[in-house]
Amino acid sequence: MYGLGILKGMGVTLKHFLDTYIEDLRFLGKGKRTDVAFNLRQGGRNQRLGLFTVEYPEEKIAVPERFRFIPFLVINNLDAEEDAGKIWCTSCGICAKVCPPQCIWIVRGTDPETGRPKPEPEEFYIDIDICMNCGLCAEFCPFDAIKMDHDYELASYDRTTHHIFDKARLSKEFRYWRSIAPTISAEEAEARGGWEHKDVLKEKAKASRAADKAAGAS
Amino acid sequence: MAENPAAEVTTANPVAEAIAALKAQFPDAVVEDNRKGYAGIVVDPEKLVEVATAARDTLGYNYLSSATAVDYLGKGDYFEMVYHTYRVPAGGPPLVIKARTPRDRATLPSVISVWPGADFQEREAYDLMGIRFEGHPNLKRILLWEGFDGHPLRKDWKEAYYEQDQKPFDSRWPQGRVYRAEERNPYGKNVRYPEGFTLDDFTPVGEAPNYDGVDLGINVQEMATPGLKTDRLVVNLGPHHPSTHGVFRMVVTLNGETVEDLQPVMGYLHRNHEKIGERNTFLQNMPFTDRLDYITSMSNNLGYALAVEHLLSLGPRYQPPTYRAEVIRVLMVELTRVVSHMWAIGFLLNDLGAFYTPALYAIAERELILDFFEAVAGSRMMCNYMRFGGVFKDLPERIQGIPLLANDRVRNEATLDYLANIINERLPRAIDELDDYLTHNEIIVTRCQGVGILPPEMAIAYSAAGPVLRASGVPYDVRRAEPYSIYPELDFDVAVRYNGDIYDRYLLRIDEMRQSVRILKQLLPRLRETEGQPIISGSKAYSPRVPEGEAYGRVENPKGELGYYVVSDGGQNPWRYHVRSPSYINLTALGPMAKGHKVADIVAILGSIDIILGEVDR
Repeated sequence: MYGLGILKGMGVTLKHFLDTYIEDLRFLGKGKRTDVAFNLRQGGRNQRLGLFTVEYPEEKIAVPERFRFIPFLVINNLDAEEDAGKIWCTSCGICAKVCPPQCIWIVRGTDPETGRPKPEPEEFYIDIDICMNCGLCAEFCPFDAIKMDHDYELASYDRTTHHIFDKARLSKEFRYWRSIAPTISAEEAEARGGWEHKDVLKEKAKASRAADKAAGAS
Repeated sequence: MAENPAAEVTTANPVAEAIAALKAQFPDAVVEDNRKGYAGIVVDPEKLVEVATAARDTLGYNYLSSATAVDYLGKGDYFEMVYHTYRVPAGGPPLVIKARTPRDRATLPSVISVWPGADFQEREAYDLMGIRFEGHPNLKRILLWEGFDGHPLRKDWKEAYYEQDQKPFDSRWPQGRVYRAEERNPYGKNVRYPEGFTLDDFTPVGEAPNYDGVDLGINVQEMATPGLKTDRLVVNLGPHHPSTHGVFRMVVTLNGETVEDLQPVMGYLHRNHEKIGERNTFLQNMPFTDRLDYITSMSNNLGYALAVEHLLSLGPRYQPPTYRAEVIRVLMVELTRVVSHMWAIGFLLNDLGAFYTPALYAIAERELILDFFEAVAGSRMMCNYMRFGGVFKDLPERIQGIPLLANDRVRNEATLDYLANIINERLPRAIDELDDYLTHNEIIVTRCQGVGILPPEMAIAYSAAGPVLRASGVPYDVRRAEPYSIYPELDFDVAVRYNGDIYDRYLLRIDEMRQSVRILKQLLPRLRETEGQPIISGSKAYSPRVPEGEAYGRVENPKGELGYYVVSDGGQNPWRYHVRSPSYINLTALGPMAKGHKVADIVAILGSIDIILGEVDR
């Protein structure tokens, strides 16, 4: 019979429409914007529903650890005892080489006295208009010095002056990386052998070996 | 062939057998391709059509999957046209047929008479590589505009803002002086005009070729249906039209409301993906493949990984992907398939006039799957997840958001529970719901049944792939025809429907989603078993050593057979990188399918092919 299918279809719409109000009633007084309510709305376990609307910007979905958006450079915590604010990048250039759209520019630092290259970038630029957020730079950095950020609200009024990020704009403290990626940063620290920069750990290991040797010799 | 002892030895391999047969039949014209890492036969262009006919008629290679050209500038200075042909629906490896032509007067015979599916692909080769195809009925540019100077895929062609032949560019490090690309003079030496070009004499070619063969205003009444006064009219549907799913145009010749002729016009989103791919290193192409069919980035990744892994396997120290990596790959790809089919069904309803409400219900489950992708790969749509020899990272233990601000809402669930919930509960329910409400809906039935019929022999001839091919009664699925990854050990059926109309394409997508859920259910125990095993074989290198050779990696994408033809010359970058995109080639059959139907039906027919313009135009 003609018309039944239409009624059935309209019924689905009506059901979804009413569901939104039932959801509201469920959380009446308890607050709709809690994590519990959010998970239920988002089709959490054993939920029939999935009213996925998120009332941005009143509420936002917290992004997972691996979320990747525009890279940043890791520097030592600014209140660290040693080398406060020292950049982790050694300007080896792997990120610039692996970058698919080639949006990374690095000027390798040179020692003013000897003129030899030193393991620190003089300048570091990322053109965020070109960056495709693929995360290869972070994946292949051997020093865990470049990481993908979680901050996706980067709108600005003038792209010609604001969208080339320089070293100062890119640098973020190590504690920030630990806060946005607790599991990954812990895994990386374990792989490095400590929470410090790879080179610092190497130096320390060397020093302790030398100390052991000296102790053994005497 | 009994008298030929060599043939008897090789009967185990159908391709070797076919090559031997062709060599016996055309001893002067057929030579085996003996270059290291290459396969197939090189055919004398004069005999190409004959050899192709023999391959199709006597050997059964009736399906032209991919036809593309390679520019061997500096390596023999010729163009090589490469045809990958398959037996459909029997399956098996490809018979690769090649034909060469000198670079300065590149001409080859068209094989359109043998495989009509060569139509768009030869036009593409003409457009981008500049090879003329004799006998092609409609040889004009397809992705670029008439009047464009040069053929961009030739090795000596340089794009605007050209910097260097291959990445990484030297200017980035160690003295990386930053600049914005637009700041450099865009009208410098990189923009080339045709020789002798002056603006004063310039007259644009215009649209006239699109309307060829339309005698507007002549004998209109005679052409019209008796008793009903109709007019012949050319209508441009698109490029800006919601029914085209992007920027795509159909030049439709109408007689009254009835379609007499339909020509797709595309290229509005053309960005020369393949040229970019040749500038990139092998790994750098991975994130670019995401941007082809942006709904199915995971399976795009897989196709490219398979092609490069095939090349790597020609080298000495190749390790195949680990088992866990394969399980995760198939998991991702099948989830992608469900997402894509849900999307296709939702937007088919859009095309039928039920604007957005059903589409939004259809793609609700997609949110959960994309959240999963985001937690695993780092991005919802541009996943960039596969690597050569495995995947980027193992599944995280928990699907967990990291709050930065007070109003961030956190989801926190164990990954496998989350997955099991999607696979066992939500997806089957969502599919049943769609099936329940749509399959017997009389609007869908009346609008879709018997519309846009593609008979099986035509579907094969036009190289249609995926749901379009299988809904026409051809049980051909790359996952079964030439299995890859762990599909051989998985239990699933190739969905097939027999009427070849819009309705069957819709039903087939429902069937296929059910099969995908069946596969996904088998993957859950495998995920638990393989927990903790490595997800990538060998060490992760950003510049893998890729040996010389060619490879054609193809996967059954939700939209159809996606193939990557990659040629390596042993360097850091692919020498040739071609994408056989299912959306693009499925459009070859759009004209014939639409003929005789009404204007409103074209929209539904196009919707049932399910194109994505990022993949059509590349």
